Amino acid sequence: MKQKQEVLKLDQLCVHFPVRGGVFRRAVGSCRAVDGVSLSITRGQTFGLVGESGCGKSTLAKSIVGLVAPTSGSIFFQGNQINSKLLTAEYRKSVQMVFQDPVESLNARMTVGAILEEPLIIHRLCGKDERSKRVAKLLDQVGLPESAAKRYPFEFSGGQRQRIGVARALALEPELLVLDEPVSALDVSVQSQVLNLLMDLQAQLGLTYFLIAHDLAVVRHISDVIAVMYLGKIVEIGAATDIYANPKHAYTKALLSSIPIPDPSVKKKRILIPGDVPSPINPPQGCAFGNRMNAPNYPKSIEQELKMEKVGVGHWVLACPCCVHM
Amino acid sequence: MRHKENSQTLLQVRDLSVSFTTDEGEVEALDHVSFDVAQGEILGLVGESGCGKSVSAFSVMRLLPRPMGRITNGQILLESQDLLTLTTEEMRKVRGNEIGMIFQEPMNALNPVKKIGDQIAEVFLLHQDVSPLQASDLAVGMLAEVGIPDPANRALEYPHQLSGGMRQRVVIAMALACKPKLIIADEPTTALDVTVQAQILDLLQNLQGKNGSSVLLITHDLGVIAENCDQVCVMYAGRIVERASTQALFENPIHAYTRGLLASIPRMDGVPKNKLTTIPGIVPALSQLVQGCRFAQRSGRPHPASTLQCRPPFKEVTSGHWVEACPVCTKI
Repeated sequence: MKQKQEVLKLDQLCVHFPVRGGVFRRAVGSCRAVDGVSLSITRGQTFGLVGESGCGKSTLAKSIVGLVAPTSGSIFFQGNQINSKLLTAEYRKSVQMVFQDPVESLNARMTVGAILEEPLIIHRLCGKDERSKRVAKLLDQVGLPESAAKRYPFEFSGGQRQRIGVARALALEPELLVLDEPVSALDVSVQSQVLNLLMDLQAQLGLTYFLIAHDLAVVRHISDVIAVMYLGKIVEIGAATDIYANPKHAYTKALLSSIPIPDPSVKKKRILIPGDVPSPINPPQGCAFGNRMNAPNYPKSIEQELKMEKVGVGHWVLACPCCVHM
Repeated sequence: MRHKENSQTLLQVRDLSVSFTTDEGEVEALDHVSFDVAQGEILGLVGESGCGKSVSAFSVMRLLPRPMGRITNGQILLESQDLLTLTTEEMRKVRGNEIGMIFQEPMNALNPVKKIGDQIAEVFLLHQDVSPLQASDLAVGMLAEVGIPDPANRALEYPHQLSGGMRQRVVIAMALACKPKLIIADEPTTALDVTVQAQILDLLQNLQGKNGSSVLLITHDLGVIAENCDQVCVMYAGRIVERASTQALFENPIHAYTRGLLASIPRMDGVPKNKLTTIPGIVPALSQLVQGCRFAQRSGRPHPASTLQCRPPFKEVTSGHWVEACPVCTKI
């Protein structure tokens, strides 16, 4: 059955942060930022993750690249389990990240050439002459002139800076790129340029993307598989077409209905979600979304254990009695 | 969307020009911009960063950063009263009373060391003849109106105790406290999640309908424009390049920039993984603007020298649909 190679697999991954209080700053509780996430990404795929702010998307991304250590659960990379407290150089090389804010994620005191060279130096990949060739090639790949290597980040526009961020991530010829909101800081007309670049690079280099974005139209456009996250848990996961055409979970439906459509002739019914995402420090019992919506069946969800259930080919949903009607 | 026929004009902005003094010298952020907001109407200003949409809003409120920003030309008429001729004292009576403003970042618009109830009450104390006790009661009433649960207790909280969406509701409560004739909303939902954005826009529409106020809505999101506005102005590099009813603009965009903008957003009904249409290049820096068609470099079409030298006329193509008539950019 395994036709395509699995690049990344997460099994029941949890990231809990201690909440400290009292005179001795003892841990008095825990913030369940990521709470039992399982997923798998195959080679060449774009895996899109959507959800509101505070749902744990970025923490999940950071735990994949090793910036945050998971509390429990396991990460498998190309079939091998990863020790997240002691990442191998090989893993660091194969998994790279592109950050949201291209201004803050580039060192303002380094030239673009030095920024792109640094990963090559750290991993001792090639000599000095070879490095400048590689830098020129990287700049060319992301559509920047070779002369950019001698300039500083502030000399570039937002879109160009994000291209530099992408080039830096590509320097080590990674397998998996973790893209945390790569276009949300950019203007509409520039956003489409960067999205096109990402799609081109994927086609050329066979990259695998783990994409986080809050713009659901962007995610739909470039993703193959989409997962919807709510309060640290994945509530629905499936092929992009299935999720958008046939959402099963009430949260996915509400999220999709809140996207403003740029066409005044479309009249749609918005499902308004009251309130905000609850705090992951003291999450409500049972189904967190049912609790927010005041769903009539909410009490039932406390009594039973919520599990992912299959509703179609590769389409899974967190089966809770108040949000999913099978 | 509401439609009122023959409604009166509430706000008229005429030939407004704004300059900023910068390290590179004097730059013109707005170049003879004119638009009207009719009574009870929602006018959208849309464009990319640096196109002058926020500068337009801040000019109407006369809140441009001083001494760098200066209004060099034009009139801003609120019901035939020119706001630019008012004294500082008189302008203070207009702000918050006749014009309310909703800012992009609610955390920056609120005072972090004052209770939210007191901050709203301040608006009533400044503009209406009420006692402090009455003002606090009115503030609690406003909090209830913007949909904050348990308003009496919430009024005693500080901004940091509220979520982003709740804070924006407080800012809206402040802006609408005196039932202003005009509400200026500068990217009111940009800092918020889509679900909260939907709540806030819904609230804004409801309150606007109830009070019959006009709204000047500034956003970069064409989806927000399509769902909320009656009229739209598309801005580019300090000028309005196209102005029309929302329906007409989305159905029949004329200027190359408007068409490029509409084509470059990924659609919910588009073909996934298709190459997106892009507008090449970047927004020109304000210090490098030409007199003629400012979209020339990015339009991808050769512009004859004549179109670069003098400003294209602003023409009415069909009834109510105006466009900056650069012969190259408006050719379909």
